[in-house]
Amino acid sequence: MAAPILVQRGAFRLRQLIIFTLIVVAGTGGELCVSRAMKGVGEARSLRPSDIVKVILRALRVPWMWLGVGMMATAFFALLAALSIFSVSFVVPVTALSYVAGAFGSAAFLGERVTTQRWLGVLLVAIGVALVCLGSH
Amino acid sequence: MPLQRRPNEGESAIFLRRDNIRASFKPTTYNRRRIRPCKQPMRPRRLFHLTTYLLIAVMIIAGPLGNVLLGMGMKHIGEFEMWPPSQLLHAGLKIFTTPTIWLGIASLIAFFVVYMLVLSRADYSFVQPASSLAYGVVALLGYWILGERVSPLRWVGIAVICLGVFVVGRTNPRTAGRV
Repeated sequence: MAAPILVQRGAFRLRQLIIFTLIVVAGTGGELCVSRAMKGVGEARSLRPSDIVKVILRALRVPWMWLGVGMMATAFFALLAALSIFSVSFVVPVTALSYVAGAFGSAAFLGERVTTQRWLGVLLVAIGVALVCLGSH
Repeated sequence: MPLQRRPNEGESAIFLRRDNIRASFKPTTYNRRRIRPCKQPMRPRRLFHLTTYLLIAVMIIAGPLGNVLLGMGMKHIGEFEMWPPSQLLHAGLKIFTTPTIWLGIASLIAFFVVYMLVLSRADYSFVQPASSLAYGVVALLGYWILGERVSPLRWVGIAVICLGVFVVGRTNPRTAGRV
């Protein structure tokens, strides 16, 4: 299939931006929603199959869970779209940006305290992704 | 060398584990059965650790392998248009009839199962930094299997990402209660 979009450099950049934003934001958003749902549901009392099934059934009744799963599915298809264009060794490191989104999201959305050390790690991840992007040209 | 002292009578193993989070960068494994005193003997510790390390090795290979297989399948399909939706449906049909994609998904599911298994045996603050190695493995596999050109700057970037994930993972995994 020919891709006329490739001809226009600007449109190509925009598409790239949209796909990676979807991967990072939808992926992290999905995880945050699932995390929120599961924290409300509570942990399994034991690892017995009957208890695990009970927890799953309880989780399926929480709307956050469905929202989360939907967002994670979106992120997966965006990942497939990215892999059809770019090399794996570029796409996967860039998805590490989800650590950055996760730190902001969990502080704002789940009320978690993000420590200085964790911010430092997040900063390092961001620098690493920037280097990977610079190294792809 | 014992990594942690055994729980005393009536003392929760979970508490011991908490004390040990920052004590050493080794998986502080614990035996679920020891939470309540019981007659069953603990499994040999060395074997337990060895299995944990092996599972982590499987984990940091299965995840990247899944991504590489997905990449292989998607490169085979090629770029596709995302608009109008009929085009998207067409692309979706192509994606789900490609065997390599299914292999990749199977590999990612295997990764997820092993990840859960590892988390049930070792601390999250050990597992997450260890899993950051996957970013290096994905570049190696891309280079070996797909023949991708990885520039030196990209290697440096990947190393910095690993370091960042390592630092993130060495922080307290739980700071908030129930939402």
